[in-house]
Amino acid sequence: MSNPYAKLPAWAEYGLIPLINLVVAFLVAGLVVLLVGENPLKAAYHMINGAFGRGEYIGFTLYYATTFIFTGLSVAVAFHAGLFNIGSEGQAYIGGIGVALACLWLDKTMPWFIVFPVAMFGSILFGALWAFLPGWLQAKRGSHIVITTIMFNFIASSLMVYLLTRVLKPLGSMAPQTRTFAEGGQLPKLDWLLSIFGLDIGNAPFNISFLLAILAAFGVWVLIWRTKLGYEMRTMGHSPSAARYAGISEPRITIVVMMISGGLAGMMALNPIMGEQFRMQLDFVQGAGFVGIAVALMGRSHPAGIIPAAILFGMLYQGGAEIAFEMPAISRDMIVIIQGLVILFAGALENMFRPAIGRGFASFGQRFPVAAQRGA
Amino acid sequence: MDFFHTIIALLESTIRVSVPLIFAALAGLFTERAGVFDIGLEGKMLGAAFAAGAVAAVTGSVTMGLLAAVLISVLLSLVHGYASITQRGSQIVSGVAINFIVAGSTVILGEAWFRQGGRTPALSGDARFQTIEFPFAEEMRGVPILGPIYSNLLSGHFLLTYVAFAMVPISWWILYRTRFGLRLRAVGENPGAVDTAGISVIWMRYRAVICCGILCGFAGAYLSLAMSAGFVKGMTAGKGYIALAALIFAKWRPFNIMLACLLFGFLDALAIRLQGNPLPIIGQVPVQLMQALPYILTVILLAGFIGKAIPPKAGGIPYVKER
Repeated sequence: MSNPYAKLPAWAEYGLIPLINLVVAFLVAGLVVLLVGENPLKAAYHMINGAFGRGEYIGFTLYYATTFIFTGLSVAVAFHAGLFNIGSEGQAYIGGIGVALACLWLDKTMPWFIVFPVAMFGSILFGALWAFLPGWLQAKRGSHIVITTIMFNFIASSLMVYLLTRVLKPLGSMAPQTRTFAEGGQLPKLDWLLSIFGLDIGNAPFNISFLLAILAAFGVWVLIWRTKLGYEMRTMGHSPSAARYAGISEPRITIVVMMISGGLAGMMALNPIMGEQFRMQLDFVQGAGFVGIAVALMGRSHPAGIIPAAILFGMLYQGGAEIAFEMPAISRDMIVIIQGLVILFAGALENMFRPAIGRGFASFGQRFPVAAQRGA
Repeated sequence: MDFFHTIIALLESTIRVSVPLIFAALAGLFTERAGVFDIGLEGKMLGAAFAAGAVAAVTGSVTMGLLAAVLISVLLSLVHGYASITQRGSQIVSGVAINFIVAGSTVILGEAWFRQGGRTPALSGDARFQTIEFPFAEEMRGVPILGPIYSNLLSGHFLLTYVAFAMVPISWWILYRTRFGLRLRAVGENPGAVDTAGISVIWMRYRAVICCGILCGFAGAYLSLAMSAGFVKGMTAGKGYIALAALIFAKWRPFNIMLACLLFGFLDALAIRLQGNPLPIIGQVPVQLMQALPYILTVILLAGFIGKAIPPKAGGIPYVKER
């Protein structure tokens, strides 16, 4: 595709434009708060205080961020190959089966550091399998990945209702969830990490899967920018015809990328299941797969951007709960609006401010050629 | 005879649940035929349902409710149009965004304005669509076979139900027998050719998007003004995606859309009816399987195992004039 926009310096491309998009999204969200009859500045204060005001709050913020790093990476990996995986939600949900099975099998006999790798393997396996089918269908049968992954989300949700109400539920229990795991199925908290900064974690479920998320982010960076597969993925994402000409097998890349993406989404299940609830519940994903879309778009599909974007959304989730407590008119659904606005402005409308910024740089460059060069 | 009455009742509820699907799938037909993919049907329908419920509750007029639904839905369509036609952003991303914005704002605004847990106040009388009884429906009820078909299946629906079924041939006529329809389809297949003929691709696509908004408005109004007496949060419950599935299942053709929507509606009605009742031959079928069936069928169709669904050629690609 031709690129009709002037090339901007990297800091504007990766810093300024996402920031402007984010600010606009928040301004519009502020209008909604005004419409409800509340003070947006007060809401912002409660949100920031609720997300960072105390060690416990920070723990919660980072707990949510862990989840969003996984789903954000999942969406981003697919983006790099030009695939839009809306199915992270379903893949994370199905990935939960792997975690639950590992825990139900081993939790009473093994310590957590044995169960954790097994559960991780299980979550990757199940998540990747659930993404394999849409990938295979796109690669071999030409069905559009967006539509099939949407359909697979719904199928996953029906399947999980069936499994949790009939198969995985303990006998005699009414609630659609597995039994609570013993010690071996519970991940240790990262209280020591926060205590380095003199913070008390309190009840926050901030756990060891955060470190796994950081590791996964590094792994994705290596995969995309330092391996042959990553190069092939990016080639396909930029220009499928160039990839074909270079002898890159499109079906192979499509299937492999979708499985990696699904595996990353599946790993998300470790955090809520082993880190917070210690059992698999109905609808434990709670839309995190969709948040991943916003996170990937905001982070420009780069791990270094995804981690701060995930923390931002973790802040919204934790701080949003605090707003809902302080200002009853603003429930947590406010986050859904902000999420939608971020997707709109950072994703669909990402080029809206680009021409103006480009013009700004051009005129600045004419007036101060030296400074502009140094700036670039 | 009991079996016959069960079938009639089942078909009646099939029609009831199919109506929003038909409106929404036809809405999708207009934009997608013009080359603008729209996975925001769900959001538009939800926004329209909320607008209809809120305005009808405040003004007490069903007409105002319907107008508000269409207005909101068209506005959302224009946002989608601006992002994907003018700004050439990703149509999928824009659709996803609209779904989230609407899902959140209907709850927040509903709670702030009406304080009933995300509902709008219950509607009655003139604020809600009334069913239309055909002449002699009551007298015909006693007649065997024909009686129940006439008085239960054909008569006694809402005005919007008849409009939905009438929209099927009307949409066909617009798309296949008018100049507007020819150009609309051409814009979805080969926008360059349309541009060469001196017709604005952009404006053509905007008009298609507006058509989509109007029909989604009807779908939403049906949900909150006819099917239920007011708006309930998240009341579309995935119907927009089912409509999208029906649109693909029907291979982007109006009459097939009606059949696909009736099929998916039938599955829905059957799932509700079968809850806890075993089928004669197959035995107990999990409700979840019935609920997932529309999606599974669409996936199988998309995989090319039952015919091939070929989307409009220029679908999903923003039009760039200079190349």
